[in-house]
Amino acid sequence: MDETADFTCSELVAVASDYIEGRLPPSERVRLESHLAECEGCTTYLEQMRRTITLIGELRREHVPPEALERLLGVFRTWKHAG
Amino acid sequence: MRTAGEHQEARLAPAPSPDELALVEALRRREEAAFVELVESYGAGLLRLALTFVRTRAVAEEVVQETWLGVLKGIDRFEGRSSLRTWIFRILTNVAKTRAVREGRTVPFADLESETEEGPLLDPSRFVRTGEPWEGHWQWFPGPWGEPEERLLASEARGVIAAVIEALPPGQRAVVTLRDVEGWNSEETCNALAISETNQRVLLHRARTKVRLALEAYLTEVAGGGHGRDS
Repeated sequence: MDETADFTCSELVAVASDYIEGRLPPSERVRLESHLAECEGCTTYLEQMRRTITLIGELRREHVPPEALERLLGVFRTWKHAG
Repeated sequence: MRTAGEHQEARLAPAPSPDELALVEALRRREEAAFVELVESYGAGLLRLALTFVRTRAVAEEVVQETWLGVLKGIDRFEGRSSLRTWIFRILTNVAKTRAVREGRTVPFADLESETEEGPLLDPSRFVRTGEPWEGHWQWFPGPWGEPEERLLASEARGVIAAVIEALPPGQRAVVTLRDVEGWNSEETCNALAISETNQRVLLHRARTKVRLALEAYLTEVAGGGHGRDS
């Protein structure tokens, strides 16, 4: 049996996010990384997961529409003058 | 047990940064510029989170407005036991939950159990079946993704991601919104949503896996045909 057999690809998929978060117990991380060293599919999978997270972050580029800001400034001014 | 956990979370909550404390002071002096700065910083994120609780944009905008009013009314009593950001988002969570109840909706996050215990995220047929040699390994490797470098493709990819996130169950949607869209850490996220660290991890994992899967369908296709292509 090969050395990677103790950590399977489906197991890696199940903990991919925890691994990226650095939340795996050390022993499990070592097993995962030794699997990763020999598995092209899982290397690709993790790269794609990281890229996914980066792409999700790009949704952030958004501004508050001017009309919403105006409305909120109205709330602010009412509050300010109320005391 | 639960109380102890919540207490611990409260202690772990990051304190307000010096910048935030300056904003708090300015807001207490009724300075409009401080309010504008806060709205510019958190307005879009608040709306995104509100949309995980209520369905229509109009109601979400009302929730956000009510949140800001709560911020203004409460700022003199802000004690700095969490970051200002966490405090503001926590107000939104409370306003949105109250609103959801008033509308007769089930309270979001009431059903986290089922959200964390859904079935497998990837089609099991992608892995070698139990009992066969190489069981649990890829049946075929994930295909390489194209580079959505052209602006049109990049904006399409954002559209794909936004659509998947919108379709997620509320808990997964809220967690991925705070963690990966807003860039929060897990402690802040748990605090703002009042969920446990374990639930946060599971919900985040499920959300990310689903978004990756949608991007795979989109980007592998964009790359020019997926499996069997020879370049």
